[in-house]
Amino acid sequence: MDLRLPIGLLFVLLGLLLAGYGLISDPAIYEASLGINVNLRWGIVMLAFGLAMLSLVWRGRRVT
Amino acid sequence: MQLQAIDYTVIGLYFVFVIGIGWALKRFMRTSVDFLTSGRSLATWITGLAFLSANLGAQEVIGMAASGAKYGILTSHFYWVGAIPAMVFVGVFMMPFYYGSRARSVPEYLRLRFDEKTRGFNAISFAVMTIFSSGISMYAMGLLFQRFLGWDINASILIAACVVLLYTFLGGLTSSIYNEVLQFFLIVFGFLPLAILGLGVVGGWSGLQERLAAPNIVGPYAPGVMTESWQHLGSAAANPMGVEWFGMVMGLGFVLSFGYWCTDFLVVQRAMAAQSMNAARRTPIVAAVPKMLFPFLVILPGMVALALVGPEGLSEGGKTDYNLALPLLLQKLYPPGLLGLGLTALLASFMSGMAGNVTAFNTVWTYDIYQTYIRPGQDDAHYLWMGRMATVFGTAASIGTAYVAMTFNNIMDLLQLVFSFINAPLFATFLLGMFWARASANGAFWGLLGGTGAAAVHYVLTGVQGGRAGLLHTYPSDMAQNFWGAIVAWTSCFVLTIVISLVTKPRNPEELRGLVYSLTPKQTDEGLAWYRRPALLGALVLAGAVLLNVYFW
Repeated sequence: MDLRLPIGLLFVLLGLLLAGYGLISDPAIYEASLGINVNLRWGIVMLAFGLAMLSLVWRGRRVT
Repeated sequence: MQLQAIDYTVIGLYFVFVIGIGWALKRFMRTSVDFLTSGRSLATWITGLAFLSANLGAQEVIGMAASGAKYGILTSHFYWVGAIPAMVFVGVFMMPFYYGSRARSVPEYLRLRFDEKTRGFNAISFAVMTIFSSGISMYAMGLLFQRFLGWDINASILIAACVVLLYTFLGGLTSSIYNEVLQFFLIVFGFLPLAILGLGVVGGWSGLQERLAAPNIVGPYAPGVMTESWQHLGSAAANPMGVEWFGMVMGLGFVLSFGYWCTDFLVVQRAMAAQSMNAARRTPIVAAVPKMLFPFLVILPGMVALALVGPEGLSEGGKTDYNLALPLLLQKLYPPGLLGLGLTALLASFMSGMAGNVTAFNTVWTYDIYQTYIRPGQDDAHYLWMGRMATVFGTAASIGTAYVAMTFNNIMDLLQLVFSFINAPLFATFLLGMFWARASANGAFWGLLGGTGAAAVHYVLTGVQGGRAGLLHTYPSDMAQNFWGAIVAWTSCFVLTIVISLVTKPRNPEELRGLVYSLTPKQTDEGLAWYRRPALLGALVLAGAVLLNVYFW
């Protein structure tokens, strides 16, 4: 089993979940976090990390 | 703290994945070697991150943030003086003997190098210690969730333990290691925003330095004591840790850190699961790279919490409890959504530590205790079954000790003290065993016992200011007593082992091939790409640690 697959999947799902929640949530909840919509931003970072992991899996398959 | 549906979804998704990994690995577990040692088949980046993650239990994360709030940047010495050099040492110098001897566990190496009694002593004390430490950490986590989330402490302990049991029971060591890698990334992604937002709130590093120089925080010490790592180590009276540079470097850096990272089977087991000798040697060195940056992730939030609320804000019922630092900051800075991720990171750290304990326990139990003393000579299917059973009763016993910790706080303190006596001299035994062919079996055993005894005698004869007065000496802090106790224990074991070895019969050098430095063919890295050479990588990592020490001088 390629461990990068479940890691990539989990981070893609978590990223989508957080970023999606960041889009629909009430901006007032971000007062605590310096007014930054941290869910949206961090969700995108996690999504990118997850996709990078999945692309490594995909590349590994193509080579072998 | 009130959790929203989004937070529970994040936590739930995490549970699905950790159990899913165990489930997917189930079909690969055919022999006891697969289940207990991963069949020596894993890639370096996987064993490296697992090496780091198995040590990152909840107590490490919460405790390091707590120390950050209590001692400031002095806590970084646990990393940049303690862990990093030790991790490089075990990779470059010790792994050839652990991995090359084909031993399945650290106690088994002791049996090959010395004899049965040293192995027995190490195996039994290690098995008891892992159970108790996973129980204590379980209790600490349950307590935290009860206080901040209002979750029932029994339910949190039981659910978390069952999830760990399920994935280690299904997929053995491989499942534990794979999940540790997943958990490593969750811990990083869960706590990184906390460090970044925290620095933002206090106005960057310079803002943090300014805030932590306030009189109510530094007390009787110099204003920079919380943010300068070496300048206040000239004398024990100049810093809150109560330690001067010698005790720090020798006690923490040399004895305690090398003792832990180089001999504790919990971490060494991860490297021993690597696919080749080269991969095994690079495992701790790969782990040292992120480890070097962890102070930013775990110590900094503690310092930020202190800067924001002061010592008064960290007290409950008139008593300062630094363990509140991390959850308090999570509560302050994380909105719903990210809060779920932060709690997942906390759960992940707890589970990685506990699974590490459980998998190390079941290997030592099955190979070093059960197969050796209880039922030798069975077929492998029997030991595979026993490994699985050990996973179940190891977890059950950990839950039991969590309740012991809940009821008898003092007994747990006493036990941890006894364990520290046992651990402190161990590094001297391994050092002599691996690098001095003359070290004899009786020398090792009695040296180890003598070192343990010396630690106990040192503890009884010395005291701590504000506590029990010492007959011989009174230390300014628990930390100082602990560091000096380790130095005494190590030195006693070192000297005793040498003296007794010289008057007892040496082993036949033929039997020590592959176990001792002078009788083992040297590892050559020639012809390997630079990133595959353990010694070169180790030197780079050490240079990084030196730079960090200088930067935060």
